[in-house]
This record gives sequence, C-alpha cells and structure tokens, in this order.
Amino acid sequence: MGFNWFKKKYKDTHPQFWKDYVDRFDSISKAAISDTRFIAFDTETTGFNKIKDRILSIGAVSIKHKTIEVNNTLELFVYQKVFNPDSVKIHGILKTGHVQKHTEMEAIESFLNYIQNTILIAHHSAFDYGMINQMLSRNGLGTLKNECIDTGVLFAKSKHIIYRDTLKKHYTLDDLCTELNVPIVDRHTATGDALLTAMVYLKIIARLDKRQNLNWSYLLNT
Amino acid sequence: MSNSIADRVSNFLKEYPPFNMLQKKLLLEIALKVNIIYMEKGDVLYKKDDPFSDFFYMVRNGSVCLYHLNADESLRLVNINDGGDVFGVRPLITKENYKLTAIANEESIVYAIPINTFEAASKNNLNVYKYLVTALASSAYDPYTAEENSRIFVDYLPDYSNDVVNFQTANYTKNPIYCPAEATLKNAAIKMSKFKIGCIIVVNDNINPVGIITNSDIKNKIATGQYPINTKVTNVMSAPVITGKKNLTLADGQLKMIKHGINHLGITEDGSPNSKLVGVLSHHDVITTLGNNPTSILKEIKRAERTKKIRAARLKANTLIQSYLNQNIPITHIIDVISQINEAVTIRAIEIALKKMPAPPPVKFSWFALGSQGRKEQLLFSDQDNALVFEDVPKKQYAKTQDYFLQLAKLVTKTLNKVGFEYCEADMMASNSNWCKSISQWKMQFKEWILKPDEKAVLLSSIFFDYSLIYGDYNLEKELTNTIYESLEKTSLFFKYLCTDAIKTPPPLGFFKQFVVEQNGEHKELFNIKKRALMPLIDAGRLLVLSKQVRGINSTYQRFEKLAELEPENKELFESCAYAFKALLKFKTKQGILNGESSKFIDLEKLTKEEKLKLKRCFKPLNGIQESLKLRFEINTFM
Repeated sequence: MGFNWFKKKYKDTHPQFWKDYVDRFDSISKAAISDTRFIAFDTETTGFNKIKDRILSIGAVSIKHKTIEVNNTLELFVYQKVFNPDSVKIHGILKTGHVQKHTEMEAIESFLNYIQNTILIAHHSAFDYGMINQMLSRNGLGTLKNECIDTGVLFAKSKHIIYRDTLKKHYTLDDLCTELNVPIVDRHTATGDALLTAMVYLKIIARLDKRQNLNWSYLLNT
Repeated sequence: MSNSIADRVSNFLKEYPPFNMLQKKLLLEIALKVNIIYMEKGDVLYKKDDPFSDFFYMVRNGSVCLYHLNADESLRLVNINDGGDVFGVRPLITKENYKLTAIANEESIVYAIPINTFEAASKNNLNVYKYLVTALASSAYDPYTAEENSRIFVDYLPDYSNDVVNFQTANYTKNPIYCPAEATLKNAAIKMSKFKIGCIIVVNDNINPVGIITNSDIKNKIATGQYPINTKVTNVMSAPVITGKKNLTLADGQLKMIKHGINHLGITEDGSPNSKLVGVLSHHDVITTLGNNPTSILKEIKRAERTKKIRAARLKANTLIQSYLNQNIPITHIIDVISQINEAVTIRAIEIALKKMPAPPPVKFSWFALGSQGRKEQLLFSDQDNALVFEDVPKKQYAKTQDYFLQLAKLVTKTLNKVGFEYCEADMMASNSNWCKSISQWKMQFKEWILKPDEKAVLLSSIFFDYSLIYGDYNLEKELTNTIYESLEKTSLFFKYLCTDAIKTPPPLGFFKQFVVEQNGEHKELFNIKKRALMPLIDAGRLLVLSKQVRGINSTYQRFEKLAELEPENKELFESCAYAFKALLKFKTKQGILNGESSKFIDLEKLTKEEKLKLKRCFKPLNGIQESLKLRFEINTFM
C-alpha cells in the first residue's frame, strides 16, 4: 500500500452505519433536477440553543418527480434527558409520552439510513442542520456530508425582481405557506413541517422553472 | 412507527365516497401507501394510450381536467375534477390503456392511491363494491349521468371520433305555431307577430305540415303586391315542408338545411310530412346549440352562477377563435369579440365575488385590466394583470377599506385563475396590496413613476399604463388618466427611459437575415415571438401615444392607426406597424391554438417557407419605428 496523505474518512471505532453513510459520498453524479430525489426534513427541539438544547423529533419526507410517497416518510421521536417545559406548548412532545422513543444513536442511524447521500431541504436549514451535527458530535461521529437547500433563502431568490427591495429579512415557514398558498396543517410537528417545507420547495421550484433560471448552481448556492 | 402524514391523508379521504364507507383502520392502511403528487398547471398525469398504472387518483387541492383526444390531436374537455373527486379508476379495473388524458387545470395536489391496497382494504365491504359497480356500470358511457352520480369514475367514454356536440339531439321548439290551410295570410301574420316568430307552419286537419310561411315570403309575395293581404295562406306558403324526426341530431338538421337551402325544419311524429307536427327547428336553434357564436357565449357568461359555467363558456370561445382563424375572419374582429368575452368573464367574476362578500363595498371602486387585457389584445388564456382603485377614505378607515377590497380581489383572481387565466407571475394583481389602493395613493404612485423614473418604474409603467376600466366607477378612471397626462407634461426624462426600453430589443433578424432564436434554457432554438416581435411594437405604440397625449386608445394596432392620422408625414410607417402587429398577433394566436399552450415560442423548423417569409416581412416596420424613436426622443445609441 502506498503512502496515503488523505485524511481518513472515518475511524475504525465508528459504527458500521456511519462508515456506510460516509462511503456513499464517494461517487455522486448529478442527474437532471427533475429526476433527482430530495429529502425535506425538520426537527423539533427543546429550544434554540445549539449546544444546550436537544432534538426531540425528526421528520422527513422524500420528493422525486414532484411526488411524495407517504409510505416512505420518516418520523422519529428521540428520548432526551434535557427537557424544557416552555417548548412543550409549541411542539406538544412530552418528556414521557405514549409515543415510542429512540435513543439519539438509534435516531441517527435511522436518519442517516433514510437520507443516504440525498440533497436535503430545510427551512432555515442552518439551525436544523446544525442541531443534527451537534447530535452527531455528541455521539462521537463526524458531520453531515449532504448538500442542503434552505427554502427561506431560495424563496427570497425566487421573488420577482420588482419586489426584491421589499424583501423581508426573515421568512417564517408560515409566511411562505401564506404567500405560496400552501394550506397550513400539522404545523409544529416535525413531519408536518417537513411536508410543508417540501410543498413550499415544489412551489418555489415551479416558479423558478417558469422563469427558466433553474439549474444546479442556482439551487445549491443559497 | 407513527406516520402523521398518513393520518392527515386519511382525514381527507374519509370525507369522500367511496372512502367514507371504510373503517378508520382500513383507511389508514390505504393512506400509508398514498403518493402525494404536486402538479403545476399544464402538467400531465397520464395520457391517452398510456398503459394503466397501479394507482388511481383523487384531487386534494386544485383541479385536474380530463380530456378526450380527438383524431386530429386536439383535446376536448370531458370533465373537471375538483377537490375530493376520484378519477383514473376504470383502466385499472378493465386493465386497459387510459382512454383519456389528465392535465392539471391549475396548481394542484393529487393523491395517487394504489388500487391493490384499496381492493384489499375494501374487499369485504359490500357498500364499496356496490358503489363501484353502479358507478362503473351505469355511468361509464355517459359523462353527464356520471356527473350526477356524485361525479365519480367519469373517465370512460365511447370513442366518438368527432365532436360530440354535433351528434347531440337538436334542441327544437316544442310548441310550434301553426295555422290551418283555410286561414288568410293576414291572420297568419297577426299570429306570427303575436308570438314574435319568423315563420309559421300551415297544417291540414290532421295537423300534418303542408307548407311554411316565413317573413321573406310575406315580404316577397305580399309587400310587393303580388297577392292581396287577404289571400289564402296556401297561395303564399312554400311547400312541401322539409321535415325531420324527433331525435334528429344537430348535424343531420344542419345538413338538411344546407341541402335544401332553407332555415327551418318541421319536426314530425315519425319524421315524414305525413304525420303530426310536433316542433320546428330553426337555423338559429342550431347555431345556439352549437354555441359557437359570441352572443350565446356572452349570454352564458352573464348568466353563469358558478365558476365552472364561466370556464365552460370561455373554453367555447377558444373553439370560436379557431373557427374564425380558419375562416380568415379579420383579426381585428376576432380581437373585438374575444376582448368582449374576456371582459364579460371578469365582470361576472367580480359580480360573483361581490355576492360572496359579507357586506357591500364601503366606497366606490374601479377594477382595471392591465397589460394585454388592458390593451384588449388578449386572445388566448394568458396571465391576468389587474389593479383596483377605490375612493379616498379617512385615514382611520384606510386599512379596513383596503382589506375589504383585497379580500374581494382575492376572490376575483381565484375565479379568473380557475377559468383559465393564470396568476400573474410578478403578482401584479389587485389582490396584492401594492396594486389595490385609493385613488390618491395611485395618483402618487403614477407621479412617482413618471417624475422619478428608474428601471423598475419603466418596467411597471409598461404594464400599468395599458389600463382599461372593466368594472366600477368611470370617474375614478378619468381622474387617474388626468393626473397621468398632467405629470407627463412635466417630464421629458420619463420618455427617454421608455424609449430606451422600447428599443432595447433590436429587430429579430440577424446579420444574414436569420431569425434570432433563444440561446439557452428550455426554449433553446425557438423563436420568441412575444419578446422579439410583439413587445417592441407594443412598447413603441404606447410611448408614442403617451407623448402625443392621445387618450382612450389602448390596442396597439389602433394606436398606430391613430398615429398615422395625427402625423400624415409618417403615415406609411405607422400603418405598416399596425399591419405588422395584426399579422404577428394572428400568427401567435394560430400557433398558440396549434400547440395548445403558451404561444410565445415558435419552432421555426415547423413553419413553411411561406410562413417564414410572411413573418420576416413583419419585422421590417420594426426597424423603421425603432430608428424613428431614437431620433424623436434624442437617444444616442452610443451612450
């Protein structure tokens, strides 16, 4: 074996599912946007502090050919010691509810197996993406390798030129749903929000497609 | 594992048959296997002759149209499925290819439900089974009955190779007016005028038709003095009466009229002249049933109580355009007719919306059409651009008043969208608070655009300056127009901006007299007739009438005709622009009908040599008008 100056992709102590996850990024070829699978995801957390707060639930749906398969969605509840009673009224997840909960490691394994090397979509993705990364590092794993599209940023980009100067700094998912006429249901459950994010994404893409400026660099450089 | 999306899907399904007959647990099993499909307007779900899939469909939001594909590749609307409607079942059960084509009528979300799962879940449910059997057996051959059967499973039709309308039974007058053979002409005429009819049938004692007297018989034979007014009807009548049977189809009726050169058919018990008269079919009846005339379309729109009816009527107008184009009827006439119809559609949409509002409008308002509809040049369905102006109100009430009109506008734009006019991509619609304002606010807005022009102002003016009043208060329009022309007098800079914009797209012929085609994107190698040929003429026409303070003329060709009148020295140029515009618009409309969709892009490969030459000839005046604009508004092209 020759001298390998590349950094090792993973440690030997890493669990197999992590090694599999990382290996999937070795060969990624980009198909046409319309033929590509995307995964929209959302997390419900105990709060907005990336270090202190914890993920309570992860929801994800996959999109391909403008279709969402109900059978192929992900809904995970995570058991956490950290608990913030204030956030319960937002997401409605109790510390010990009757839903089946997983440990962080189990949740990570399911999540990574679900997303594989797909491009992710999230609303204000920095937060959700960051929360997942925190959870990964707490469990001795590396960071997410997937590319991620932020619907908040994408929406601002998609606005017609004459309204650019009236853009808000911060669009909530509710703002987007209202503007794009997506009926709001199941808001503040992870899967519900993931589905709304997926719908919002499809609508923005339709708008961009009509204007013919939809291509990979436009989509990913958010 | 929990799946809250499946819960949500089953919550929707359970509201509609046949799913409302299933238990919650079974429903959830089905919901788990559902695919949620997002469709943009125009997206195709399946096409005729596609092999059957594993799914049938239910509309969640929006609507999906089912079309029958005619032999000549044109589409005929069979049914429109709204929220909760199920379609695409029959091919899965009969294991046949799809017979119809399903296309999203607007932005829609559709549930795809796997038939296997559904069958498994419903197999022991007698009600569901009965429902399916009745729905399929009784209604399958008749979309109209299917509609009554809660409009389920309608996507099967026998393969009519031709237009269904032609084969529907003619709708004739059931209570014919007749007179006995012994009657005098005077009596017959009195009867005709009493019943306001144009013809009367002469019958024998058995009420068998023996002759017919029409207005022209009276004109030709009585008014000329050929017969006295008291003559017997038998002297004046035309005989024999051409007759048809009761279930005569429109096509047959029309054929008989053409063959005999007549306008009326007697309808008798057995179809022969030797049986009892039961009705009269006039040429007018045929025309009205065919519905292919502006008057009946307008009437239909004005009477429409629901969006669906308006949509059906407006769709007829498209067929009308097509037949007009085939008959080479002048494009100016077509424009007039269609803009009348589009206007009627908008007015009706507003009237319906007003009825839905909880209260009458707090103050007077005006609804304006902008862009192509404002110029009255909108032939096919295109984007809707509109704006709303309301009377000034005290500051305290402004927000509340604006809210009322925004709500109204939302209803109207939604209706228009359902009829077929797409939402404006740039959201230039009265439902946007930017474009739904009080008269003072609008005046300020226009002043700002005119006196402080920038790129954005020019972009917006090019749409907003082509406004025409569709509904509401006439004075608001007058006030607004006055403000605009007053402000225009104070500026020359604004015209320079407009001019620069109007000449930014050079004539579409390259150095070697080749067409300039799109270089990239989905429409690569296609010719954009709107951007490269029509818009430059539209922009030039608008700029010139604004600078000449010409009011009230909105359509581009009329603007150029007016300009030719005002400037005899440039008559030739302006007239050629008017001509070119009409020719191009006709071209675009024809292409649009052929392609059944956006007609902006033309595939040059598909044009004949002659068509290409015709098209090229239209570009000549474009060059002329742009050169003349540069001189007129002192634009230095090397700037």
